[in-house]
Amino acid sequence: MSDVADAEGIALKREHPARATLRRLFRHRLFVTGLFLFAIVAGIGIAAPWITTVDPQRLSMRNKFLPPGEAWVFGTDNFGRSLWARVVWGAQLSMIIGASVVALNAVFGTLIGAAAGYFRKLDNALMRVNDALMAFPAILLAIAVTSVLGPSTLNVILALSIVYIPRTARIVRSSVIVLREMEYVQAAVAAGAGHWRILRHHILPNAMAPMIVQLSFLFAYAVLSEATLSFLGVGAVPPTPTWGNIMAEGRDFMREAPWIITIPGVALMITVMGLNLLGDGLRDVLDPRLRIQQ
Amino acid sequence: MKLLEVRDLTTAFMTGRGEVNAIEEVSFSLEEGQILGIVGESGSGKSVTALTVMGLLPRPPARIAAGQVLFGGRDLTKLSEREMQAVRGPGISMIFQEPMTSLNPVFSIGDQIMETIAAHERLPQAELRRRAIAMLDKVGIPSAARRLDDYPHQMSGGQRQRVMIAMALACNPKLLIADEPTTALDVTIQAQILDLLMDLRDEFGMGIVIITHNMGVIAETADRVMVMYAGRVIEEAPVATIFDRPLHPYTRGLLECVPSLTEDRARLVAIPGTLPEPARRPPGCRFAPRCLHAEPACGTAIPLLETLEPAHSAACFRARELASP
Amino acid sequence: MTTPLVSATGLTKVFEVGSSGLFGLRKPASLRAVDEVSLTINAGETLGLVGESGCGKSTLGRLLLRLIEPTAGRIAFDGSDITGLGRSAMRAVRRSMQIVFQDPYGALNPRMSVEDIIAEPLLIHGAKPGAETRRKVTEMLGKVGLPARALDRFPHEFSGGQRQRIGIARALVLHPRLIVCDEAVSALDVSVQAQIVNLLQDLQREMGLTYLFIAHDLSVVRHISDRVAVMYLGKVVEIADKRTIYSAPLHPYTRALIAAVPAQHPAQRSRGRRERIAGDIPSALNPPSGCRFHTRCPHVMAVCRERAPVLTEPAPGHQVACHLIEAPQA
Repeated sequence: MSDVADAEGIALKREHPARATLRRLFRHRLFVTGLFLFAIVAGIGIAAPWITTVDPQRLSMRNKFLPPGEAWVFGTDNFGRSLWARVVWGAQLSMIIGASVVALNAVFGTLIGAAAGYFRKLDNALMRVNDALMAFPAILLAIAVTSVLGPSTLNVILALSIVYIPRTARIVRSSVIVLREMEYVQAAVAAGAGHWRILRHHILPNAMAPMIVQLSFLFAYAVLSEATLSFLGVGAVPPTPTWGNIMAEGRDFMREAPWIITIPGVALMITVMGLNLLGDGLRDVLDPRLRIQQ
Repeated sequence: MKLLEVRDLTTAFMTGRGEVNAIEEVSFSLEEGQILGIVGESGSGKSVTALTVMGLLPRPPARIAAGQVLFGGRDLTKLSEREMQAVRGPGISMIFQEPMTSLNPVFSIGDQIMETIAAHERLPQAELRRRAIAMLDKVGIPSAARRLDDYPHQMSGGQRQRVMIAMALACNPKLLIADEPTTALDVTIQAQILDLLMDLRDEFGMGIVIITHNMGVIAETADRVMVMYAGRVIEEAPVATIFDRPLHPYTRGLLECVPSLTEDRARLVAIPGTLPEPARRPPGCRFAPRCLHAEPACGTAIPLLETLEPAHSAACFRARELASP
Repeated sequence: MTTPLVSATGLTKVFEVGSSGLFGLRKPASLRAVDEVSLTINAGETLGLVGESGCGKSTLGRLLLRLIEPTAGRIAFDGSDITGLGRSAMRAVRRSMQIVFQDPYGALNPRMSVEDIIAEPLLIHGAKPGAETRRKVTEMLGKVGLPARALDRFPHEFSGGQRQRIGIARALVLHPRLIVCDEAVSALDVSVQAQIVNLLQDLQREMGLTYLFIAHDLSVVRHISDRVAVMYLGKVVEIADKRTIYSAPLHPYTRALIAAVPAQHPAQRSRGRRERIAGDIPSALNPPSGCRFHTRCPHVMAVCRERAPVLTEPAPGHQVACHLIEAPQA
């Protein structure tokens, strides 16, 4: 045949798309900064048993209100507990809650969103329930759920999942609705592919990018909401060391011992900022609409 | 008298892989009342040429690396954005391919036409309105006075393109640049819009540059034709000459690969290979890797545009030799 | 005598458009995208399907493949009715009918390699991944003019024309009998378009394919087709052998459509010389009464506004739906 495609037209240098995405991510300054900040907090949380020497709940009235210094890195609180130990263990709890909420959202948000987006018949029913849940302000709904279930770490995870899964589902649904009409999906239908194959090979892999971006922001929301709930006294029960609990207790001693409320506040800020930068970076790299403009 | 003269224009873009020339050493000129057709496929640089002349490319990433755009005795590449704004409208105006996105959906078409006029002339509201109605009437919108307060979504694609033309002509420009003006339109509407552009040229005497990938649009409208490939002008001639005696192998290929509406052909004469991306253009003649007549020399040096016959120039080392029977 | 591979009878598709309101109370508007279309495609031929935007040609192509369920009418493939087939029975038929799309960018899953894309239809129909599947994929890739080293590449590494070759390979890997080419060359640059048209013709000869070639470019349709059908606002208005329809069209719309094609040489400029139709294509949501073309037709009569003309056959193999043609017989 005289008109075979010019083989030279295919790039010689080749790279797997996933690899190319990773390379672009690690060249993205905001992403790397965010990842670094988040990695510090997560690393501290994971290493909590090894980097703290005292029990975060051990009282020692003799040592109360000691300012940060050589003996007590972050000082002590109104009961003489090591603030370092409490903030470090608080980081662990924040990571556990954030990761659990993200995991539950990834599973159930995808399931509900994909079902609503792909099967037109389910769409109306699922989305009206979703809308009803989304009609409440997030934090009020979380407070309502924890007051019914009772304050505990597990219930905080459940409450935050109930609050955020509808939001994740809506994002997944909107990508699925767009992808469902793509011609490569039509081609798979024309080839005789079943629903499961189409969802697994053609729709979900392409819906992942916006969901990953959403989940990174969700991690930040979850950490922040957990702190809010604890601060309001409807989260994990004191004396469990969570950043919200520490800040709630430190609030009364803001003048005498400002470090009690400041240090967990800064930790919270670093975590949320890191996650937001991370999410912005992911969005820049993964969102195809932005990629075209590059 | 030359209306527009472009000399050795080179526009570069900053990309992830360094600076890439979108167009290189583009030269052409246009007389008043003349229609110049610029024809090329994707990546040929035909739209970048138009946008550079209009000063509409965002800088950076774009940069005019060399050359001049002479219009009304001034070099437009040297003008400030404010000075350029005064040129756009009464001097040069432009219509685009997509009439859907070129009009603002939240203003009525009348408001948009009147705003264009008001940007260059201080006129009372009633006079603006009268001018806008007259313009809509000129471009063939029926019952123009009533349609003036319609919004873009209330009009069909063909009507929106007519409104775009009305806006472009509202300030009586000396030069109109039409970038793929009919590509998004159906063929019966395309014929109407091309007729309209020719009628308006006859009435107002402005010069028109029509940019297209469609040789049929060129055959219907152009007086002179400039063929571009991979950022360079490869041939320029009066329209009949281009169709009767094309000198560049690419121009010949472009004419041959279009199927006929009247004759049976067993097989189309295709140009092998793929259009080069701007960042991956071959050295030497850009067309050499796809050219059936390429020699080793074509792969090393870039052939320059050369006048081979009166008013007919081509950029090909073998043009003279291939043209002789 | 030629035998029909596909035949459609009274095929109709009505889309319900617009929001159905909060509790489904508001009545949605209905759009008759395809309105009682009957046509046949013979084995081994190419039927061209032309018309302007909104005429329903793409919808008709998808209806024939049952990618969209018809509102009314019947589709027969290779002599048997496939209109009511269930999922699994339809799956077996899908082996024999495939589609090539317009957009070389949207038609390939960006996260699948070329090998996975072309192998997918084989895997759906029971092939096991492995050497045999890989051999079939490589062979198909060669047939569409791509080298075997393209196998582990991803769609973004290819040009538009090359992607279209990949899409064709995917459609042909099951050795189907019918291919619907839905604007398959419309998005390509003209120099590449000719390559793909030639490729489609070569493959048709080699594999004995039947094409429904949907396009808006009349010269490409003339080149590739044996017969041509013209659609306007959901109706087929004329069908004939390609030479007849281009040299002696009967329907005023077909005539106008051909007259509107730009000249192929400046000496044949059409301005002021050819019949032009005025006005725009009416909205398919609110089509004109009677003959749908009557609002733009230069030969409109009173009857055209009241009654829709039916498809008649003034000459063998030449069908047209127009009162001008009907009248002399009545």
